[in-house]
Amino acid sequence: MILYWVFVLAAATLLYVLLDGFDLGVGILFGLTGDEARRRAMLGAVAPVWDGNETWLVVTGVVLWGAFPLVYATLLSAFYLPIFAMLAGLILRGVAFEFRYKTQRLRWMWDAGFAGGSLVAAFIQGMTVGALVEGLPVADGRYVGGTFGWLSPFAILCGLGLCLGYMLLGACWLVRKCDGDVRDDAYRLIPRLSIGLMLFLIVVFAYALIDHLAILRRWFERPYLFVFPAIGVAASILLAKSVRRRRDTPPFYMVATIFAAAFGTLAISFWPYMIPFSITVNQAASGHASLAFMFWGEGIFVFPLMLLYTAISFRVFRGKATSEPVHY
Amino acid sequence: MELTALLLSRLQFAFTISFHIIFPSFSIGVAAWLIVLEALYLATGRPAYRQVFEFWLRIFGVIFGLGVVTGVVMAFEFGTNWSELSRRTGEIQGVLISYETFTAFALEASFFGILVFGRSRVRPWFYLFSTAMVSLGTSLSAFWIMANNSWMQVPLGYAIENGSYVPADWAAIIFSPVLWVRFPHMLIASYLTGAFCVAATGAWYLLREEFTAEGQIMLRMGLYLATVLVPLQLFFGHLTGDYVHRYQPVKFAAIEGRWHDEQPASEVLFGFPDATSETNHYAISVPILGSLIGSLSFDSKEVGLTDFPPRDRPPVLIPFLSFRIMVGCGLVLLALAWVGSYLSLRRRLECNRLLLWATFFSFPLPFIAILTGWFTAEVGRQPWTVYGVLRTSEAVTPFLTVCAALVSLLLFCSLYFFLFAFGTYYVHRLLRVGPVGRLVRPPIDALPIRPMSVSVVTPRPVNLGGQP
Repeated sequence: MILYWVFVLAAATLLYVLLDGFDLGVGILFGLTGDEARRRAMLGAVAPVWDGNETWLVVTGVVLWGAFPLVYATLLSAFYLPIFAMLAGLILRGVAFEFRYKTQRLRWMWDAGFAGGSLVAAFIQGMTVGALVEGLPVADGRYVGGTFGWLSPFAILCGLGLCLGYMLLGACWLVRKCDGDVRDDAYRLIPRLSIGLMLFLIVVFAYALIDHLAILRRWFERPYLFVFPAIGVAASILLAKSVRRRRDTPPFYMVATIFAAAFGTLAISFWPYMIPFSITVNQAASGHASLAFMFWGEGIFVFPLMLLYTAISFRVFRGKATSEPVHY
Repeated sequence: MELTALLLSRLQFAFTISFHIIFPSFSIGVAAWLIVLEALYLATGRPAYRQVFEFWLRIFGVIFGLGVVTGVVMAFEFGTNWSELSRRTGEIQGVLISYETFTAFALEASFFGILVFGRSRVRPWFYLFSTAMVSLGTSLSAFWIMANNSWMQVPLGYAIENGSYVPADWAAIIFSPVLWVRFPHMLIASYLTGAFCVAATGAWYLLREEFTAEGQIMLRMGLYLATVLVPLQLFFGHLTGDYVHRYQPVKFAAIEGRWHDEQPASEVLFGFPDATSETNHYAISVPILGSLIGSLSFDSKEVGLTDFPPRDRPPVLIPFLSFRIMVGCGLVLLALAWVGSYLSLRRRLECNRLLLWATFFSFPLPFIAILTGWFTAEVGRQPWTVYGVLRTSEAVTPFLTVCAALVSLLLFCSLYFFLFAFGTYYVHRLLRVGPVGRLVRPPIDALPIRPMSVSVVTPRPVNLGGQP
């Protein structure tokens, strides 16, 4: 039962990262251009799906609370200010989709909210992961680091890294969904973003080596972990190829594979800890009565339904976004 | 009052949840209203019903969207500010809240898609069924939220293991008698909110002398529904009072403003409770009525606040006043609904401008009643977060600093006021445009799970008379 809920949590988190990852990325790229036609095309490429993407964040949150209350309570209270900043960012970018078309004069305001909100949300998610990798100060099952205990150069580095990563994912999404200028711009950006991301990974790795992060030991204990970087490298090569040939569909899947590989690497190097290296899955898990109650309703029926529904939504909106949003 | 992280967290939770509750209570009501309209349209084939349906579907989109956005914050706030609560009760509360998210997503999101897209693609009965499913989804969401809150009011079916509260009997939690009184109370409150907003919109159109056919449908149906529902709501309100009387005597005493034991007890109608002198100033009371309300008898003894040590008493002023405001709103709405329905049956309603204006201005009352009702329930539960089990001061995140709590509170206050201003403007514009023009045709790239996308209207090209 515990394993089932670990699986649901992992699936929901990975889905969130991949799905909201690209639309947050598009949001950041949106801030890089001032051209109204480009902006509309970019919004049009994510408008149909962003709302559903964000649902997975809520699913992650509530599954964490119901199935692993200890982790929910510890993480959210530890990252107090970042969580609120992220929520504010997500709200601002969410309403911008609708409100920017309601006004000419104040459009700049919603646009700034859209790009800024996306950037803040992406940065904070990366920073959170960075702080977790480095290890949160936890004693006796409670966070003891104070208001800014998560803040470190490494965490900030990871925040910037995830922004780059999401931008890459977003650029690949734009290549897939758009035509014309936006597609050309995205193609120009992809190699730069990829190189940036590569540099970031090298720096992170070097930092981890120099700082003797506990997580590195895992790699020597579990050599099979190297499968994931290998998958990542393979995907990168295919990415480079498909970008050079200007094939619109594969880049997104390749970057998604890289993300999934990175996610797998982290998940397995954390295992069996949920908050490395202080709280394990078994310590955090709710008792059987709670997990079983969740399983027989939302676990076995609703969750598969949600996966199916997400798949259908993306199928309905497959292909190029042929028109701009018509509603203004 | 000293500014502590505890106080700020309470303020923040109160503010964000009060802001949030406005939208779901409205959307539950409107969803139910949509079923009625669609059923009537199927039965009679009158196009006006269809017009009104499409119009309220657009409003539903905006309200539903704002409800979702503000609800996301709630899902995280338990962990950020109330980490001790969420750690200890997660195995019960976390599970209930997770059901809320899952059922909401499954029913509302998927069937809402059919409401937006499906009119031409599915059979009429299935379209009606989808409308019903959206409504069921919003009601189920409310059910899980009420299950969670009722467990905090009167915790049942739990056991304590290593300082955590774990479920011992899910049936006791889900079929709690408290839940099955409070859930209908909230549900009817939502339906009344819908009914009065609909009636007020109808009255507005009649006063402006445009869309009179649609306006009449809205006004009459809203008032008729309220005529039946307000008395029912008073009945469930009474039952809710009974559970408070039985399980939370100190809250009951605070609501009644009763400081000392009385036999038979009088009922304070108005007054101003003062906790330092433990009396009510300027009180107007009716003898014996207190016993009648509390225990349905003429000579029962009713307990007073001074039976409880001060550290176990809730603040008295807020529950006392907010309860009276709630009941006051309810009585005004009752009068309005009955007089309005009577006039309507006599076919004199549409020309009675006074009543039309009164109905128009009544639309904030259900919202005020819902908010003050919740203030009564939640402030009255203090100083407990889980009544009798976990104190609020023990539930708060222990290491939260005043500074951090202040930053988040100010951030969300400003953000919500900002959104509220624009959201209101937006709904106002939808109402101004009225039930005309094209029927809802979704933009090609709109998606079910993006509710606000239906709310888009093309402003009318010509000015149709009625200046604002």
